[in-house]
Amino acid sequence: MTGLLGPIMVIVWKDVLLELRSRDLVVSVVVFGLLVVVVFNFALNNTPGRSEELAPGILWAAFAFSAVLAMNRAFVRDQEQGGLEGLLISPVSRDAIFLGKALTSLIFMLLVEAALLPVYAVMLDFSALSWILILTIFLGTLGFAVVGTLFSAIAVQTRSREIMLPVLFFPVLLPVIIAAVEASTRAVGGETFIGLGRWLPLIGVFDALFLVICPWVFGFVVEE
Amino acid sequence: MTNAAAEAVQARSLEKSFGEWPVLWDLDLSVPWGETLVLFGANGAGKTTLLRILATHMRADYGSVAVAGYNLRTRPEKARRRIGVVGHRSLLYDDLTCRENLVYYGRLFGLKDHGKRVDDVLEKVRLSSRADHRVRTLSNGMQKRAAIARAILHEPDVLLLDEPEAGLDRESVSILGALLAEWTDTGRSVVMTTHDLDLGLDWGHRAGVLRGGKVNFPDSDSPDSATSDIRQAVADALEAGR
Repeated sequence: MTGLLGPIMVIVWKDVLLELRSRDLVVSVVVFGLLVVVVFNFALNNTPGRSEELAPGILWAAFAFSAVLAMNRAFVRDQEQGGLEGLLISPVSRDAIFLGKALTSLIFMLLVEAALLPVYAVMLDFSALSWILILTIFLGTLGFAVVGTLFSAIAVQTRSREIMLPVLFFPVLLPVIIAAVEASTRAVGGETFIGLGRWLPLIGVFDALFLVICPWVFGFVVEE
Repeated sequence: MTNAAAEAVQARSLEKSFGEWPVLWDLDLSVPWGETLVLFGANGAGKTTLLRILATHMRADYGSVAVAGYNLRTRPEKARRRIGVVGHRSLLYDDLTCRENLVYYGRLFGLKDHGKRVDDVLEKVRLSSRADHRVRTLSNGMQKRAAIARAILHEPDVLLLDEPEAGLDRESVSILGALLAEWTDTGRSVVMTTHDLDLGLDWGHRAGVLRGGKVNFPDSDSPDSATSDIRQAVADALEAGR
């Protein structure tokens, strides 16, 4: 594992540095996330009495759409500037490359969500200060990052990558989105951990499963 | 140079096709230590494909390849540590400085003292004064020099260069020539492709022409006739296309 950790952190360092220079990902995804919530809020006629029922759905719709936007960019810079080729001819394992890119995506998405969550809480009238909600968001986002990184690596090699990614991404992530909405509904409703039932463990199992499958498949995806 | 492998590069019965289109077939190649092998050939002859296979960026359909003694199919990660590659793209990030790009690659290759090594290679390619400039602000020639610095950063045993002189001015070409001489003088090896016959014949210890999916070497006794034979072979290959 120590052999993996070094290259993973190098890849994260490089991607964070590039994002700090360009600021083209986090800012645009935050703006997009805000717009999605505003649109859903009005489209579904969210009123204070219905907040508990509607807020989790709107929250996860916004997170999922924002994730697609973020994941679409995950490999674009590497592909356009040859960085992916540079990684592939370096002595770093494919697993480390995948995990480095997935960790970067997770960090960026969590940053975006941390910026959006207080705004959502005010707009949708729910309490974001629930550790169960925060845990649900973390586990759901981890699923988005892991599956999204794999599909982003596939989509970036196609001519219609902007369309390809959501077509691949949403069907596979549907269980996570459903479980996250259910767990968040209970968290917003003040349920305890016991009251969450199977939803949170379901996301955990999904994450664990895809954390094993995706790095393995990634090795085949990037092999020319 | 402490490599125990008998040959720097050894390829046997190599085959590679793109769909129905065969590019390399039944290709045998060996490059001894301390030699620069220059490959000529028409566009589409498979020069870049061969280098990409040797660089582990592409898999051959059939045959075996070993670089620095490591079989590329079974131990690619070991081989990558011993290979430096300069291709058509610099593989550098536009929004990072030269130094940041090299530090990044140095850390990927696990260099212990990457700070000093980065300074050394920047000095070697005469880019020290632009070390902290973003790559996007450099000219094409300077980007190529930065790419050369990236390729030699981890002191590879085998350098793979795909038309390295393209886009370089006279000074940069002489820097590259000196670098290749240093590489082979210290027992390491170079495989390069070029369309510049004079330059290739000047730099190479051996020259081959990629034609018909194979590397053909002129069968001559004296260096002078070898040079004229290779010129003729290149002219024939260019006339025949692939």
